[in-house]
Amino acid sequence: MGILIDRFDTFASGFWVTLQICFLAGVGALIIGTVVAVMRISPLPPLRAVGTAYVTLFRNVPLTVVSFFAAFGLPQLGSSANFLKVPVLDAIFSRLAIDLPYFRFFIIALGFYTGAFVCEALRSGVNAVSPGQAEAARSLGLTFTQNVRYVVLPQAWKFAIVPLGSVIIAMIKNSALSGFFGVSGSLSDAMNTLTSQEGLPLIPVFIGISIGYLIMTVPLGILLDQVEKRRAGAAR
Amino acid sequence: MKRDAADAVLYDAPGPRTRRITLIVSVVSAVAIVVGAYLFIYLPLERNGQFTMKKWGPIIDPANPLFDQLWTRLGQGFRNTLIAAVLAIITSLIIGTVLALVRVQLQSLRRRRYVGLAPAAAQALRALTRVLNAVTRFCVEVFRGLPVVITIFFVGRGLPEFGLDFDTLWYVVIGLTIYNGVVIAEILRSGMTGLPTGQAEAAAAMGLSPFQTTRLILLPQAYRIMLPALISQMVVVLKDTSLGFLIGYDDLLNVASQAINILNNPIQLYFVVGLIYISVNYALSKLAVYVQRRLARGRRATPPTTVAPGTQLETEAVVGTTT
Amino acid sequence: MSLKRIAAVVLTGALALTGAACGGDSDNSGGTGKTFEAGTTMDRLSKAQKIIIGTKFDQPLFGLKGLDGKPAGFDVEIGKIIASELGIPADKIEWTETKSAVREEYIEQGKADIVVATYTINDTRKQRIAFAGPYYVAGQDIMVRKDDASITGPDSFKDGTKKVCSVTGSTPAKKIEEYVKDKTTQIVLFGGYAQCVEALKTSQVDAVTTDNVILLGFVDQDPNALKILGAPFTQEPYGIGVKKDDTKFRAFINDTLEKIYADGRYAKAWSDTVGDVAPAPTGPAVNRY
Repeated sequence: MGILIDRFDTFASGFWVTLQICFLAGVGALIIGTVVAVMRISPLPPLRAVGTAYVTLFRNVPLTVVSFFAAFGLPQLGSSANFLKVPVLDAIFSRLAIDLPYFRFFIIALGFYTGAFVCEALRSGVNAVSPGQAEAARSLGLTFTQNVRYVVLPQAWKFAIVPLGSVIIAMIKNSALSGFFGVSGSLSDAMNTLTSQEGLPLIPVFIGISIGYLIMTVPLGILLDQVEKRRAGAAR
Repeated sequence: MKRDAADAVLYDAPGPRTRRITLIVSVVSAVAIVVGAYLFIYLPLERNGQFTMKKWGPIIDPANPLFDQLWTRLGQGFRNTLIAAVLAIITSLIIGTVLALVRVQLQSLRRRRYVGLAPAAAQALRALTRVLNAVTRFCVEVFRGLPVVITIFFVGRGLPEFGLDFDTLWYVVIGLTIYNGVVIAEILRSGMTGLPTGQAEAAAAMGLSPFQTTRLILLPQAYRIMLPALISQMVVVLKDTSLGFLIGYDDLLNVASQAINILNNPIQLYFVVGLIYISVNYALSKLAVYVQRRLARGRRATPPTTVAPGTQLETEAVVGTTT
Repeated sequence: MSLKRIAAVVLTGALALTGAACGGDSDNSGGTGKTFEAGTTMDRLSKAQKIIIGTKFDQPLFGLKGLDGKPAGFDVEIGKIIASELGIPADKIEWTETKSAVREEYIEQGKADIVVATYTINDTRKQRIAFAGPYYVAGQDIMVRKDDASITGPDSFKDGTKKVCSVTGSTPAKKIEEYVKDKTTQIVLFGGYAQCVEALKTSQVDAVTTDNVILLGFVDQDPNALKILGAPFTQEPYGIGVKKDDTKFRAFINDTLEKIYADGRYAKAWSDTVGDVAPAPTGPAVNRY
């Protein structure tokens, strides 16, 4: 168990890198997911088609395959994802700016993959808004954009918060693939180095790595349960 | 379709002018997508020689000497993926059901007063249920919160250290079960607790014990209500079998990676593997939607005298949120 | 040295002869031709007519799983020879993939009876398992894109700009850390060399480093895009991993190696597999520690 203390640095920095991945990919996924969700409920058939295709694609492919295409397909297209070297952002998240692109590639993979699930969570929220609301808005003469912006989305967010939370938790867990796609120093990479390269015993490493993830997932899960319970209580 | 009806509320049925605009926008955006794909995806790939028969031959050309071998291997890998997924689903269902039963049971035991027992014994029993409750809760939270990658990794490498030596397949199955069993347990539990209290009260009034109530009244209904969610979970399991590559399980993805070492065509093979996953999982999710519809129809067809009105609403609401 | 060992050598030699004679008659004669001292690993494996050999599945020339599902390469040939010395025909061998990260565990846990997997002998590993051999001495080298003249050796990484790729849990990955300025910005690790080669070809990294023979395999596959520097900066003696306390089995494998150095089977195994890219080496002296 001494490993937990001796190698605290490794675990802590692994946690920090993983947290960065989750934050950046999470923000990306929320943006992508919202855009795609709006596309899917829009009046324009081609947008709807693109949105549906996007969701079908990313929901049914393992993240492993998506990450692979990000890490080895994007370079084929001549991109090192340099557009993610955003000036202010990369001061905080130093990994964004380094020459090795795999941190950026993985964020792209995780963001796009999670985006599909964010979209579905939002859409379930939209579906949960009583149709009367949108009907009333339309009878007031609101256009589609106004309707979505002022009436439907604000209410949909409320219904979508619990499924969205589950999506984010799933994303945090999915970030564990990072270590296998060239992101050095993340929790899952630390797991690899500590057990394989340094040959440390499995159990303490397992505990250390697990704590790293559980710190992120369990409080979120409990929070969601509370929200859900309160909501269920209010509905009754 | 139900969804279209719900969405159509947001805007008017398009008139002739809107339809014309829509058509123009559609054509323009379709052209834009095609041109963009050509410029930014096709051309760079072409330049890098990703469309040569050297790369695609073994995959699409039956005359290629490697074609048969490659597809035989991929077939084996696909079979292994399915085997792992099916086994993991079965074991997860079993573990999940048991865990859900235990948790619901403990929940109801907590309220029990144990009249007729000595106060000390009653106290002890109550403390015991409370401890068990906390333990199961802890397990659920921990296993639900851990990445499956981590679980599989440590199951595959840790269990043998304790002398538990199985086939690689079983490590994948155990790793998947630890997570999915807990998730299924939670799905079933929320299905059971979501049922109207009248169900349990009626069962109690008929003299069924709490366990009988759960087993005969609540669980079957929970299964029925949660079937679509359970099928969605199968998609998750099927995708997660791909993590078996970590511990050297020869699933579809791993077999493809091995073939890449020989054929040198990573982009092409992963593309094909992606397509295979999409088609299988798409079919599964369609099945989930179909089952859900049939269930909804089945409910509506039942005469209202046998099902309390509350149940119907509840069911629809639950099903609505799980897809 | 000791009388016992000489006896063992003579005995195995004699047995191999009888074994070969039997094998010549019919392939399904089982293990009848080979008898070993009761209670030894050789005896157990020979009687069971089954051996699990761990090797790489993704290493061109040494251990690469073919599309027919069977591994091929120099390591695989060495494994087959050892099995045949135990009286086990090639089709009774169970091959299992031992990635760099799991080799010690596989041996300790008995998931592989021997591991022949470009397995560098070193003291850390000797604490957990034992090595027979070496049967080949490789050296860590660097592979770059053919048109790249900016990398001349491991010291080229010291200025902190060049990026290098290697494989998780491997010795070369650890070694190269000594030469880089900043680990996080310069080293990327993947599960297999194929991914590294892909990253090198698309210019995401500037170099791939590992043992020269492995790199030669990749250069062989794509000589127009890749080249190897050809200046090994380490010595990597490849050994055969067995259980730590199994001295008798280790001695048996060492004897076998010495025997095949002499009778030409070693050279044949090499020319059948690595022969196209590198000339056959003379078998290095085994280390009976």
